[in-house]
Amino acid sequence: MPSIRCTAILFLLASLPSYADESGGKFAVSIEIPRLNVSEYHRPYVAVWIQDENKQAVANLAVWYQMKRSSEGGGTKWLPDLRQWWRRSGRSLDMPVDGVSGATRPAGKHSIELALDEKRLTNLSPGKYSVMIEASREVGGRELLELPFDWPATTGQSAQSTGKEELGVAALKIQPSK
Amino acid sequence: MHRFLLTILAAGCLIPITASAHKTWLLPSQTVFSGNDPWLTVDAAVSNDLFYFNHFPLGLEGLQITAPDGNSVEPENAAQLKYRSVFDVPLTQRGTYRIARVSNGVFAGYELNGERKRWRGKPESMATEIPKEATNLRVTESVSRIETFVSNGPLTTENLQPTGNGIELVPITHPNDLFEGEQATFRLVVNAEPSKGLEVTILRGGTRYRNAQDEIHVTTDANGEFQITWPKPGMYWIETSIQDSHTSVDQANSRRLGYTATLEVLPQ
Repeated sequence: MPSIRCTAILFLLASLPSYADESGGKFAVSIEIPRLNVSEYHRPYVAVWIQDENKQAVANLAVWYQMKRSSEGGGTKWLPDLRQWWRRSGRSLDMPVDGVSGATRPAGKHSIELALDEKRLTNLSPGKYSVMIEASREVGGRELLELPFDWPATTGQSAQSTGKEELGVAALKIQPSK
Repeated sequence: MHRFLLTILAAGCLIPITASAHKTWLLPSQTVFSGNDPWLTVDAAVSNDLFYFNHFPLGLEGLQITAPDGNSVEPENAAQLKYRSVFDVPLTQRGTYRIARVSNGVFAGYELNGERKRWRGKPESMATEIPKEATNLRVTESVSRIETFVSNGPLTTENLQPTGNGIELVPITHPNDLFEGEQATFRLVVNAEPSKGLEVTILRGGTRYRNAQDEIHVTTDANGEFQITWPKPGMYWIETSIQDSHTSVDQANSRRLGYTATLEVLPQ
Protein backbone atom coordinates (compact mmCIF):
# COMPACT_ATOMS: atom_id res chain seq x y z
CA MET A 1 0.00 0.00 0.00
CA PRO A 2 2.68 2.59 0.84
CA SER A 3 4.49 1.74 -2.36
CA ILE A 4 1.36 2.40 -4.40
CA ARG A 5 0.95 5.76 -2.71
CA CYS A 6 4.59 6.60 -3.42
CA THR A 7 4.17 5.65 -7.06
CA ALA A 8 1.11 7.86 -7.28
CA ILE A 9 2.98 10.81 -5.79
CA LEU A 10 5.92 10.23 -8.12
CA PHE A 11 3.52 10.08 -11.03
CA LEU A 12 1.97 13.39 -9.99
CA LEU A 13 5.39 14.98 -9.61
CA ALA A 14 6.47 13.71 -12.99
CA SER A 15 3.37 15.15 -14.63
CA LEU A 16 3.93 18.61 -13.20
CA PRO A 17 5.61 21.04 -15.56
CA SER A 18 9.33 20.98 -14.90
CA TYR A 19 10.76 24.40 -14.16
CA ALA A 20 14.32 23.08 -14.61
CA ASP A 21 13.71 22.94 -18.35
CA GLU A 22 13.32 26.67 -18.54
CA SER A 23 16.64 27.52 -16.93
CA GLY A 24 18.73 25.04 -18.88
CA GLY A 25 18.70 21.74 -20.72
CA LYS A 26 18.91 18.31 -19.19
CA PHE A 27 20.70 15.08 -19.99
CA ALA A 28 18.94 12.30 -18.10
CA VAL A 29 19.81 8.62 -17.96
CA SER A 30 17.44 6.27 -16.17
CA ILE A 31 18.51 2.79 -15.21
CA GLU A 32 16.41 -0.02 -13.86
CA ILE A 33 18.04 -2.65 -11.68
CA PRO A 34 15.65 -5.60 -11.73
CA ARG A 35 14.63 -7.49 -8.64
CA LEU A 36 16.03 -11.00 -9.02
CA ASN A 37 14.84 -14.09 -7.28
CA VAL A 38 18.16 -15.85 -6.74
CA SER A 39 19.49 -17.76 -3.75
CA GLU A 40 22.47 -15.46 -3.23
CA TYR A 41 21.77 -11.87 -4.19
CA HIS A 42 24.39 -9.14 -4.25
CA ARG A 43 23.70 -5.68 -5.58
CA PRO A 44 25.32 -5.28 -8.99
CA TYR A 45 28.30 -3.10 -9.73
CA VAL A 46 27.20 -0.58 -12.37
CA ALA A 47 29.27 1.74 -14.57
CA VAL A 48 27.79 4.42 -16.82
CA TRP A 49 29.98 6.28 -19.28
CA ILE A 50 29.91 8.08 -22.61
CA GLN A 51 31.91 6.61 -25.44
CA ASP A 52 32.68 7.99 -28.88
CA GLU A 53 32.46 6.18 -32.21
CA ASN A 54 35.87 4.61 -31.65
CA LYS A 55 34.68 3.12 -28.36
CA GLN A 56 36.89 5.48 -26.41
CA ALA A 57 35.47 6.55 -23.06
CA VAL A 58 35.12 10.32 -23.11
CA ALA A 59 33.19 10.88 -19.86
CA ASN A 60 32.36 8.86 -16.77
CA LEU A 61 28.84 9.39 -15.46
CA ALA A 62 28.67 6.87 -12.61
CA VAL A 63 30.39 3.90 -11.02
CA TRP A 64 28.39 2.22 -8.28
CA TYR A 65 30.39 -0.30 -6.29
CA GLN A 66 30.92 -1.65 -2.80
CA MET A 67 32.63 1.34 -1.18
CA LYS A 68 32.80 0.04 2.39
CA ARG A 69 36.37 -0.14 3.66
CA SER A 70 37.84 -3.62 3.65
CA SER A 71 41.22 -5.28 3.38
CA GLU A 72 40.60 -5.63 -0.34
CA GLY A 73 40.13 -1.92 -0.76
CA GLY A 74 36.44 -1.35 -0.35
CA GLY A 75 35.36 -3.51 -3.25
CA THR A 76 37.74 -2.08 -5.83
CA LYS A 77 39.10 -5.61 -6.22
CA TRP A 78 36.04 -6.53 -8.28
CA LEU A 79 35.87 -3.43 -10.49
CA PRO A 80 37.55 -5.26 -13.44
CA ASP A 81 34.39 -7.42 -13.59
CA LEU A 82 32.88 -4.38 -15.32
CA ARG A 83 34.98 -5.58 -18.22
CA GLN A 84 34.33 -2.96 -20.89
CA TRP A 85 34.35 -0.03 -18.48
CA TRP A 86 37.54 -1.32 -16.91
CA ARG A 87 39.17 -1.51 -20.33
CA ARG A 88 37.93 1.85 -21.59
CA SER A 89 38.41 3.86 -18.43
CA GLY A 90 38.52 2.12 -15.04
CA ARG A 91 42.01 0.68 -15.10
CA SER A 92 43.60 4.09 -15.52
CA LEU A 93 41.58 5.75 -12.72
CA ASP A 94 42.30 6.14 -9.03
CA MET A 95 39.08 5.22 -7.27
CA PRO A 96 36.97 6.78 -5.86
CA VAL A 97 36.37 9.55 -8.41
CA ASP A 98 34.54 12.68 -7.23
CA GLY A 99 31.10 13.08 -8.72
CA VAL A 100 31.29 9.64 -10.35
CA SER A 101 31.77 6.96 -7.68
CA GLY A 102 28.91 5.92 -5.47
CA ALA A 103 27.66 3.04 -3.38
CA THR A 104 25.88 0.10 -4.98
CA ARG A 105 22.15 0.65 -5.55
CA PRO A 106 19.25 -1.61 -4.65
CA ALA A 107 16.82 -3.02 -7.18
CA GLY A 108 14.59 -0.28 -8.58
CA LYS A 109 14.79 2.72 -10.88
CA HIS A 110 17.71 5.11 -10.64
CA SER A 111 18.51 8.22 -12.56
CA ILE A 112 21.55 10.29 -13.39
CA GLU A 113 20.97 13.85 -14.49
CA LEU A 114 23.42 16.30 -15.94
CA ALA A 115 22.85 19.91 -16.92
CA LEU A 116 23.56 20.40 -20.61
CA ASP A 117 26.12 23.05 -19.76
CA GLU A 118 28.09 20.65 -17.59
CA LYS A 119 31.75 20.29 -18.57
CA ARG A 120 31.56 16.54 -19.20
CA LEU A 121 29.09 17.33 -21.99
CA THR A 122 30.35 20.67 -23.26
CA ASN A 123 33.82 19.10 -23.64
CA LEU A 124 32.45 16.73 -26.30
CA SER A 125 33.29 17.64 -29.88
CA PRO A 126 30.39 17.36 -32.33
CA GLY A 127 29.67 13.77 -33.34
CA LYS A 128 27.97 10.49 -32.56
CA TYR A 129 28.21 9.08 -29.04
CA SER A 130 26.64 6.46 -26.82
CA VAL A 131 25.82 6.24 -23.16
CA MET A 132 27.09 2.81 -22.08
CA ILE A 133 25.62 1.06 -19.06
CA GLU A 134 27.41 -2.02 -17.76
CA ALA A 135 26.28 -4.11 -14.80
CA SER A 136 28.05 -7.03 -13.18
CA ARG A 137 26.80 -8.93 -10.18
CA GLU A 138 28.79 -11.10 -7.78
CA VAL A 139 27.92 -14.78 -8.45
CA GLY A 140 25.59 -13.42 -11.14
CA GLY A 141 25.87 -12.24 -14.72
CA ARG A 142 27.05 -9.24 -16.66
CA GLU A 143 25.22 -7.08 -19.14
CA LEU A 144 26.03 -4.09 -21.31
CA LEU A 145 23.50 -1.67 -22.84
CA GLU A 146 24.10 1.13 -25.33
CA LEU A 147 22.05 4.31 -25.79
CA PRO A 148 23.19 6.28 -28.87
CA PHE A 149 22.89 10.06 -29.21
CA ASP A 150 24.20 12.93 -31.32
CA TRP A 151 26.12 15.88 -29.91
CA PRO A 152 25.50 18.75 -29.74
CA ALA A 153 21.85 18.15 -28.90
CA THR A 154 19.98 20.90 -30.67
CA THR A 155 16.65 19.08 -30.55
CA GLY A 156 15.24 16.65 -28.04
CA GLN A 157 16.54 13.09 -28.27
CA SER A 158 15.67 9.86 -26.60
CA ALA A 159 16.92 6.29 -26.70
CA GLN A 160 15.91 3.16 -24.89
CA SER A 161 17.27 -0.33 -24.42
CA THR A 162 16.18 -3.23 -22.26
CA GLY A 163 18.43 -5.77 -20.65
CA LYS A 164 17.69 -9.47 -20.36
CA GLU A 165 18.94 -10.31 -16.87
CA GLU A 166 21.06 -7.84 -14.96
CA LEU A 167 19.50 -4.64 -16.28
CA GLY A 168 15.92 -3.65 -16.90
CA VAL A 169 14.86 -0.68 -19.01
CA ALA A 170 17.56 1.92 -19.58
CA ALA A 171 16.65 5.21 -21.20
CA LEU A 172 18.34 8.40 -22.27
CA LYS A 173 16.45 11.66 -22.60
CA ILE A 174 18.09 14.84 -23.78
CA GLN A 175 16.05 18.03 -23.53
CA PRO A 176 17.82 21.06 -24.90
CA SER A 177 17.30 24.40 -23.17
CA LYS A 178 14.49 26.56 -24.44
CA MET B 1 47.26 -62.68 -30.46
CA HIS B 2 45.06 -59.92 -31.78
CA ARG B 3 45.11 -58.17 -28.48
CA PHE B 4 48.91 -58.37 -28.38
CA LEU B 5 49.18 -56.86 -31.86
CA LEU B 6 46.77 -54.10 -30.98
CA THR B 7 48.78 -53.22 -27.90
CA ILE B 8 51.94 -52.94 -29.94
CA LEU B 9 50.20 -50.85 -32.58
CA ALA B 10 48.68 -48.57 -29.96
CA ALA B 11 52.01 -48.13 -28.20
CA GLY B 12 53.71 -47.44 -31.50
CA CYS B 13 51.17 -44.76 -32.33
CA LEU B 14 51.13 -43.10 -28.95
CA ILE B 15 54.77 -42.80 -28.04
CA PRO B 16 55.84 -40.26 -30.64
CA ILE B 17 52.77 -38.11 -30.00
CA THR B 18 53.14 -37.92 -26.25
CA ALA B 19 56.89 -37.49 -26.52
CA SER B 20 56.53 -34.39 -28.67
CA ALA B 21 53.49 -32.94 -26.95
CA HIS B 22 54.79 -31.90 -23.55
CA LYS B 23 53.86 -28.33 -22.90
CA THR B 24 55.50 -26.08 -20.35
CA TRP B 25 53.53 -23.23 -18.87
CA LEU B 26 52.91 -20.69 -16.16
CA LEU B 27 49.22 -20.24 -15.42
CA PRO B 28 48.28 -16.97 -13.68
CA SER B 29 45.20 -17.01 -11.45
CA GLN B 30 44.02 -13.95 -13.39
CA THR B 31 45.69 -11.29 -15.51
CA VAL B 32 43.67 -8.17 -14.64
CA PHE B 33 43.87 -6.86 -11.09
CA SER B 34 42.56 -4.02 -8.95
CA GLY B 35 42.19 -3.18 -5.28
CA ASN B 36 44.39 -2.20 -2.35
CA ASP B 37 46.23 -5.45 -1.87
CA PRO B 38 45.99 -7.65 -4.96
CA TRP B 39 47.80 -11.00 -5.00
CA LEU B 40 48.61 -13.06 -8.02
CA THR B 41 49.00 -16.79 -7.63
CA VAL B 42 50.67 -18.87 -10.36
CA ASP B 43 50.73 -22.56 -11.21
CA ALA B 44 53.72 -23.87 -13.15
CA ALA B 45 53.67 -27.24 -14.83
CA VAL B 46 54.68 -29.48 -17.71
CA SER B 47 51.72 -31.35 -19.17
CA ASN B 48 50.19 -32.86 -22.28
CA ASP B 49 46.92 -30.98 -21.97
CA LEU B 50 46.27 -27.30 -21.36
CA PHE B 51 46.06 -26.34 -18.55
CA TYR B 52 45.97 -29.48 -16.42
CA PHE B 53 48.43 -30.61 -13.80
CA ASN B 54 48.87 -34.16 -14.99
CA HIS B 55 52.54 -34.73 -15.69
CA PHE B 56 55.42 -32.88 -13.98
CA PRO B 57 55.85 -29.75 -11.91
CA LEU B 58 57.87 -27.02 -13.65
CA GLY B 59 61.02 -26.26 -11.67
CA LEU B 60 61.08 -22.70 -10.34
CA GLU B 61 64.82 -22.11 -10.62
CA GLY B 62 65.39 -19.23 -13.01
CA LEU B 63 62.18 -17.45 -12.05
CA GLN B 64 62.39 -13.76 -13.00
CA ILE B 65 59.54 -11.56 -11.83
CA THR B 66 59.85 -7.97 -13.02
CA ALA B 67 57.71 -5.26 -11.42
CA PRO B 68 56.33 -2.33 -13.48
CA ASP B 69 59.27 -0.15 -12.33
CA GLY B 70 61.77 -2.72 -13.64
CA ASN B 71 62.88 -4.04 -10.25
CA SER B 72 62.82 -7.76 -9.64
CA VAL B 73 60.41 -9.26 -7.13
CA GLU B 74 60.86 -12.43 -5.10
CA PRO B 75 58.00 -14.95 -5.24
CA GLU B 76 56.22 -15.85 -2.00
CA ASN B 77 54.97 -19.26 -0.82
CA ALA B 78 56.89 -20.99 -3.61
CA ALA B 79 56.59 -24.77 -3.51
CA GLN B 80 57.09 -27.70 -5.81
CA LEU B 81 54.26 -30.18 -5.50
CA LYS B 82 53.77 -33.55 -7.14
CA TYR B 83 52.28 -32.28 -10.42
CA ARG B 84 52.73 -28.55 -10.25
CA SER B 85 54.80 -25.80 -8.73
CA VAL B 86 53.08 -22.80 -7.18
CA PHE B 87 54.05 -19.31 -6.07
CA ASP B 88 52.37 -16.07 -5.10
CA VAL B 89 53.24 -12.49 -6.07
CA PRO B 90 51.83 -9.55 -4.09
CA LEU B 91 51.24 -6.82 -6.69
CA THR B 92 52.36 -3.78 -4.70
CA GLN B 93 52.85 -1.55 -7.75
CA ARG B 94 50.35 -0.35 -10.32
CA GLY B 95 51.15 -1.40 -13.86
CA THR B 96 52.23 -4.54 -15.70
CA TYR B 97 54.31 -7.36 -14.20
CA ARG B 98 56.36 -9.74 -16.33
CA ILE B 99 56.65 -13.22 -14.85
CA ALA B 100 59.17 -15.47 -16.55
CA ARG B 101 61.01 -18.69 -15.95
CA VAL B 102 64.23 -18.45 -17.91
CA SER B 103 66.66 -21.30 -18.31
CA ASN B 104 70.11 -21.24 -19.86
CA GLY B 105 71.75 -24.61 -20.07
CA VAL B 106 73.49 -27.16 -22.21
CA PHE B 107 72.77 -30.73 -23.06
CA ALA B 108 75.40 -33.09 -24.32
CA GLY B 109 75.66 -36.52 -25.83
CA TYR B 110 78.88 -38.49 -25.79
CA GLU B 111 80.34 -42.00 -25.78
CA LEU B 112 82.32 -43.54 -23.00
CA ASN B 113 83.78 -47.08 -23.27
CA GLY B 114 81.51 -47.73 -26.23
CA GLU B 115 78.37 -46.62 -24.33
CA ARG B 116 76.18 -43.69 -25.31
CA LYS B 117 75.62 -41.14 -22.52
CA ARG B 118 73.49 -38.04 -22.11
CA TRP B 119 74.10 -35.09 -19.84
CA ARG B 120 72.22 -31.89 -18.95
CA GLY B 121 73.36 -28.99 -16.88
CA LYS B 122 74.98 -25.58 -16.66
CA PRO B 123 77.80 -24.75 -19.11
CA GLU B 124 80.27 -24.19 -16.28
CA SER B 125 79.70 -27.72 -14.89
CA MET B 126 80.54 -29.42 -18.16
CA ALA B 127 84.30 -29.55 -17.57
CA THR B 128 83.95 -31.39 -14.26
CA GLU B 129 80.91 -33.55 -14.97
CA ILE B 130 81.70 -34.87 -18.42
CA PRO B 131 84.63 -37.31 -18.27
CA LYS B 132 87.81 -36.29 -20.12
CA GLU B 133 87.83 -39.65 -21.94
CA ALA B 134 84.44 -39.01 -23.54
CA THR B 135 84.39 -39.31 -27.31
CA ASN B 136 81.99 -38.07 -29.98
CA LEU B 137 80.95 -35.23 -27.71
CA ARG B 138 78.10 -33.16 -29.10
CA VAL B 139 76.99 -30.16 -27.09
CA THR B 140 73.82 -28.15 -27.64
CA GLU B 141 73.16 -24.89 -25.89
CA SER B 142 69.59 -24.34 -24.75
CA VAL B 143 67.85 -21.09 -23.90
CA SER B 144 64.19 -21.16 -23.00
CA ARG B 145 61.72 -18.63 -21.68
CA ILE B 146 58.31 -19.47 -20.27
CA GLU B 147 56.31 -16.43 -19.28
CA THR B 148 53.09 -14.62 -18.60
CA PHE B 149 51.96 -11.06 -17.92
CA VAL B 150 49.54 -9.52 -15.44
CA SER B 151 48.46 -5.93 -14.83
CA ASN B 152 47.33 -4.19 -11.68
CA GLY B 153 45.38 -1.14 -12.89
CA PRO B 154 46.94 0.66 -15.87
CA LEU B 155 48.72 -1.26 -18.63
CA THR B 156 52.40 -0.35 -18.80
CA THR B 157 55.21 -1.51 -21.09
CA GLU B 158 58.47 -0.18 -19.62
CA ASN B 159 59.54 -3.62 -18.35
CA LEU B 160 58.40 -5.53 -21.46
CA GLN B 161 61.45 -4.62 -23.53
CA PRO B 162 63.66 -7.53 -24.64
CA THR B 163 66.53 -8.56 -22.37
CA GLY B 164 68.50 -9.81 -25.40
CA ASN B 165 68.67 -13.44 -24.32
CA GLY B 166 66.98 -16.01 -26.57
CA ILE B 167 63.48 -15.70 -28.04
CA GLU B 168 61.29 -12.99 -26.53
CA LEU B 169 57.87 -11.60 -27.30
CA VAL B 170 57.63 -7.85 -27.74
CA PRO B 171 54.05 -6.69 -27.41
CA ILE B 172 52.63 -4.33 -29.99
CA THR B 173 49.16 -5.10 -28.68
CA HIS B 174 49.44 -5.12 -24.89
CA PRO B 175 49.31 -8.74 -23.59
CA ASN B 176 46.68 -7.74 -21.00
CA ASP B 177 44.40 -6.05 -23.54
CA LEU B 178 43.29 -9.07 -25.57
CA PHE B 179 39.64 -9.54 -26.48
CA GLU B 180 37.61 -12.10 -28.39
CA GLY B 181 37.20 -11.23 -32.08
CA GLU B 182 39.94 -8.60 -32.06
CA GLN B 183 43.30 -8.83 -33.79
CA ALA B 184 46.48 -8.67 -31.74
CA THR B 185 50.00 -8.07 -33.06
CA PHE B 186 53.20 -9.27 -31.40
CA ARG B 187 56.85 -9.22 -32.46
CA LEU B 188 59.21 -12.09 -31.77
CA VAL B 189 62.87 -11.28 -31.36
CA VAL B 190 65.93 -13.51 -31.10
CA ASN B 191 68.63 -11.90 -28.99
CA ALA B 192 66.63 -8.65 -29.31
CA GLU B 193 66.62 -8.76 -33.16
CA PRO B 194 63.29 -9.23 -35.01
CA SER B 195 63.18 -12.78 -36.34
CA LYS B 196 61.50 -13.66 -39.64
CA GLY B 197 60.00 -17.07 -40.34
CA LEU B 198 59.44 -18.24 -36.77
CA GLU B 199 56.61 -20.75 -36.70
CA VAL B 200 54.24 -20.01 -33.86
CA THR B 201 51.66 -22.39 -32.43
CA ILE B 202 48.68 -20.86 -30.63
CA LEU B 203 46.42 -23.09 -28.60
CA ARG B 204 43.46 -22.30 -26.35
CA GLY B 205 43.26 -24.03 -22.98
CA GLY B 206 40.52 -26.46 -22.05
CA THR B 207 41.70 -29.10 -24.52
CA ARG B 208 40.21 -31.77 -22.26
CA TYR B 209 36.72 -30.55 -23.13
CA ARG B 210 36.98 -30.71 -26.90
CA ASN B 211 37.91 -33.39 -29.39
CA ALA B 212 40.40 -31.42 -31.46
CA GLN B 213 43.46 -29.42 -30.48
CA ASP B 214 42.32 -26.53 -32.73
CA GLU B 215 45.88 -25.27 -33.06
CA ILE B 216 46.45 -22.03 -34.89
CA HIS B 217 49.72 -21.73 -36.82
CA VAL B 218 51.21 -18.42 -37.85
CA THR B 219 54.64 -17.37 -39.10
CA THR B 220 56.50 -14.16 -38.31
CA ASP B 221 57.01 -11.66 -41.14
CA ALA B 222 60.10 -9.62 -42.04
CA ASN B 223 59.58 -7.47 -38.93
CA GLY B 224 59.34 -10.55 -36.74
CA GLU B 225 55.64 -9.83 -36.33
CA PHE B 226 52.61 -12.06 -36.34
CA GLN B 227 48.90 -11.39 -36.00
CA ILE B 228 46.21 -13.41 -34.36
CA THR B 229 42.47 -12.76 -34.22
CA TRP B 230 41.24 -14.43 -31.06
CA PRO B 231 38.42 -16.82 -31.95
CA LYS B 232 37.16 -17.31 -28.39
CA PRO B 233 37.86 -16.05 -24.90
CA GLY B 234 40.11 -18.15 -22.70
CA MET B 235 43.66 -18.76 -21.57
CA TYR B 236 45.91 -19.25 -24.61
CA TRP B 237 49.29 -20.91 -24.89
CA ILE B 238 51.77 -19.60 -27.44
CA GLU B 239 54.85 -21.54 -28.42
CA THR B 240 57.75 -21.24 -30.81
CA SER B 241 61.23 -22.72 -31.03
CA ILE B 242 64.19 -22.73 -33.38
CA GLN B 243 67.60 -24.24 -33.68
CA ASP B 244 70.62 -22.27 -34.90
CA SER B 245 74.40 -22.18 -34.61
CA HIS B 246 74.88 -18.85 -32.83
CA THR B 247 76.11 -20.38 -29.62
CA SER B 248 77.55 -18.51 -26.68
CA VAL B 249 79.07 -21.67 -25.19
CA ASP B 250 82.47 -22.56 -26.73
CA GLN B 251 81.99 -26.34 -26.95
CA ALA B 252 78.45 -26.09 -28.32
CA ASN B 253 77.93 -26.49 -32.05
CA SER B 254 74.21 -25.76 -32.03
CA ARG B 255 71.71 -23.82 -30.01
CA ARG B 256 68.05 -24.52 -29.28
CA LEU B 257 65.82 -21.62 -28.38
CA GLY B 258 62.32 -22.01 -27.01
CA TYR B 259 59.58 -19.62 -26.00
CA THR B 260 56.15 -20.12 -24.49
CA ALA B 261 53.69 -17.63 -23.07
CA THR B 262 50.28 -17.83 -21.46
CA LEU B 263 47.91 -15.02 -22.45
CA GLU B 264 44.37 -14.35 -21.33
CA VAL B 265 41.72 -13.36 -23.88
CA LEU B 266 38.57 -11.82 -22.43
CA PRO B 267 35.04 -11.87 -23.84
CA GLN B 268 33.62 -8.63 -25.24
